[in-house]
Amino acid sequence: MSDYAYIVLIPLLPLASFLLLGLFGRKYFTKSAGIIGTLALLASTAIALMAARQYFFIDGKVAGAYHQIIAFKYTWLAFSPGVSIDMGIVIDPISVMMLVVVSFVSLMVHMFSLGYMKGEERFATYYAYLGLFTFSMLGLVLSVNIFQVYLFWELVGVSSFLLIGYYYEKPTAVAASKKAFIVTRFADLGFLIGILILGFYSGTLDISTLIHKLTAVQSPEYIAITTAGFLGASALTWALVLVFIGGAGKSAMFPLHIWLPDAMEGPTPVSALIHAATMVVAGVYLVARLFPVFSMDATALQVVTYIGAFSALLAAIIACTQTDIKRVLAFSTMSQIGYMMFALGVSKQVGEQGLGYMASMFHLFNHAFFKSLLFLCAGAVIHLVHSNEIKDMGGLRKLMPITHIAFLIACLAIAGVPPFAGFFSKEEILLAAFNANKLIYGVALFTAALTAFYMFRLYFSIFWSKESAHHETHHEGTVSMKIPLIILAVCTIGVGFIPFAKLVTADGAALETHIDILFSLAPVGLTLIAILIAARLYKQQNEGPQKIADALGVFYRVVSRKFYMDELYLFITKKIIFPLIGKPIAWIDRNIVDGCMNALAAITVKISGWIKGMQSGKVQGYALYFFGGVTLLAILFIYVWK
Amino acid sequence: MNSLSEIPLAHILFVSTALFFIGMYGLFTRKNLVTLLMAIELMLNSVNINFVAFNKYLYPGKLDGIFFSLFIITIAAAEAAVAIAIIINLYRSHQSIDVDDATEMKY
Repeated sequence: MSDYAYIVLIPLLPLASFLLLGLFGRKYFTKSAGIIGTLALLASTAIALMAARQYFFIDGKVAGAYHQIIAFKYTWLAFSPGVSIDMGIVIDPISVMMLVVVSFVSLMVHMFSLGYMKGEERFATYYAYLGLFTFSMLGLVLSVNIFQVYLFWELVGVSSFLLIGYYYEKPTAVAASKKAFIVTRFADLGFLIGILILGFYSGTLDISTLIHKLTAVQSPEYIAITTAGFLGASALTWALVLVFIGGAGKSAMFPLHIWLPDAMEGPTPVSALIHAATMVVAGVYLVARLFPVFSMDATALQVVTYIGAFSALLAAIIACTQTDIKRVLAFSTMSQIGYMMFALGVSKQVGEQGLGYMASMFHLFNHAFFKSLLFLCAGAVIHLVHSNEIKDMGGLRKLMPITHIAFLIACLAIAGVPPFAGFFSKEEILLAAFNANKLIYGVALFTAALTAFYMFRLYFSIFWSKESAHHETHHEGTVSMKIPLIILAVCTIGVGFIPFAKLVTADGAALETHIDILFSLAPVGLTLIAILIAARLYKQQNEGPQKIADALGVFYRVVSRKFYMDELYLFITKKIIFPLIGKPIAWIDRNIVDGCMNALAAITVKISGWIKGMQSGKVQGYALYFFGGVTLLAILFIYVWK
Repeated sequence: MNSLSEIPLAHILFVSTALFFIGMYGLFTRKNLVTLLMAIELMLNSVNINFVAFNKYLYPGKLDGIFFSLFIITIAAAEAAVAIAIIINLYRSHQSIDVDDATEMKY
């Protein structure tokens, strides 16, 4: 085993960039902030790729399986022997994979933003926030301790909040950032309780020790956590479901997804980085990180599976009706993350049955590339059109050829058309679902077709449809905006061919996979049919879509309003929680809790008012007290204490 | 000596007690600082009378009580010097030696 301690540089470089730009950026680096941030990320990415090469191809394998290496560990807070909060770096297939994904996508976004955010007043602040986000996300994936995960988890939430609210002059952006923060914080409460339950029963917060203790069926910890129960489920189930709620909050799973569409108020490159490729998969990563424990509990896995599948379907249906380009992409992100979730849910820990785990990670990896590409393309389009609405676009293929091709590639990839990236991972996911649960498979298949439909609806509406209303005066954006598009497009074609099954699996051992042509017929066929339908409806401007919408009537309206989820949340919070719980609690707080304190203070003031009268400054008064005291003592000594 | 010994102790104690409470009355009712000082002197002297009387009547062969009264006289002299110095300074700063005019040292 060789030394991996240099990996610590990968998160520290963005941190350094954050500190430098955050503290001095607005004064000294107003122009060069972008270059500084990008260079820091370039170095990080290079180191990450180096680490990946070293781990996967040189010395990560022991006896045919990739094993876990703790490269660095520092005990930060020791509560008792065994229970401590550590800061460290864990090297295993998924963390190395995430390192590459996060640093690479972040680099692309840094580069793209050079052009996209040019001339912004708070340019340096923007790059500082990006650095903070990248640092926290990298810290999160490298965590050795479940509490370290939690710390970085919150940091990620904060940086996401800052970036969504970047345009803080816009009330909608402010509202969106608050919404995102509150919803994810609410979910994090579940995560924290889950951590505490796990930590309580296993007596440790260290992830590998925890997994080790809770996966041995004979260990006293495992027996304790499975026999303890609450409301008909074991403590293990509760803990895992609570941890999953935390993950579902960050990963925008139903019913905690409501923040993600609104999060699109942030700058588009930020959406590409945070709300498409990296932060939102943190929930998937968390489940994967604790997967050995999850695999011990069928109920928790069922929850993961059904919530994942339902979210995938729901988001895909909503995405078909949205007219804001970024919102369509947001719902597609939610849908794809649903895929990853249920793929994990149907998986098992060991051997051939671990296909779902591998497929989920593979899809995460591919998704990061094509979804960030989609968002960056959307960014380029918005940069040109100055609008998010599909109806303001159309016929852009001649004006922005590179964006057009890149977007097409990404659409094909997300739709799962061979040989693009999404095909391979989606195929594995479908296969895993097929082997485990036919219902889930059906949902997944239908969702895949819907995905193809709404992506190509978007594609045709933006680049074909009507003649462009924009003229030659516009151009595609700067070189720094085109390069990331090209790089990501190439990646989107290429990454599908990475032999992922040999590298990232649940138990570290290589997995045999093969593409079964017969199995692929159904999804690919459905996808192609969906694309053709989309082409027919949206390639030329016609009455078709409107007619279908009218025919669906109420259903269409309900879907386009996102199933009234936001309204439902508002109703619950404004009409139920605020008046029935919030107001009484506020009253108790103001009148009883504060009242007690105020009364104490008032009584103290009153008493001290009386007492201070004794210190009148009049010498004769003091003399009187003195004589009084002497007399009292005399009486005591003479008559009482004889 | 004989004529003195015919006065009972109780009479002398009555005088000293009267003196003490006259002093105390003066201390609490008068406002002029010099008068207050005089009242304190009265109280000290009533104590002196007590010492001398008890020495004379209860322990005729000893001198302890007399020594004590000598000490008290000495201290009273010193105290008068200090007190008058204070009073003069107070007069300089407040233009008054009324005890009610010097009440700054309070809460």
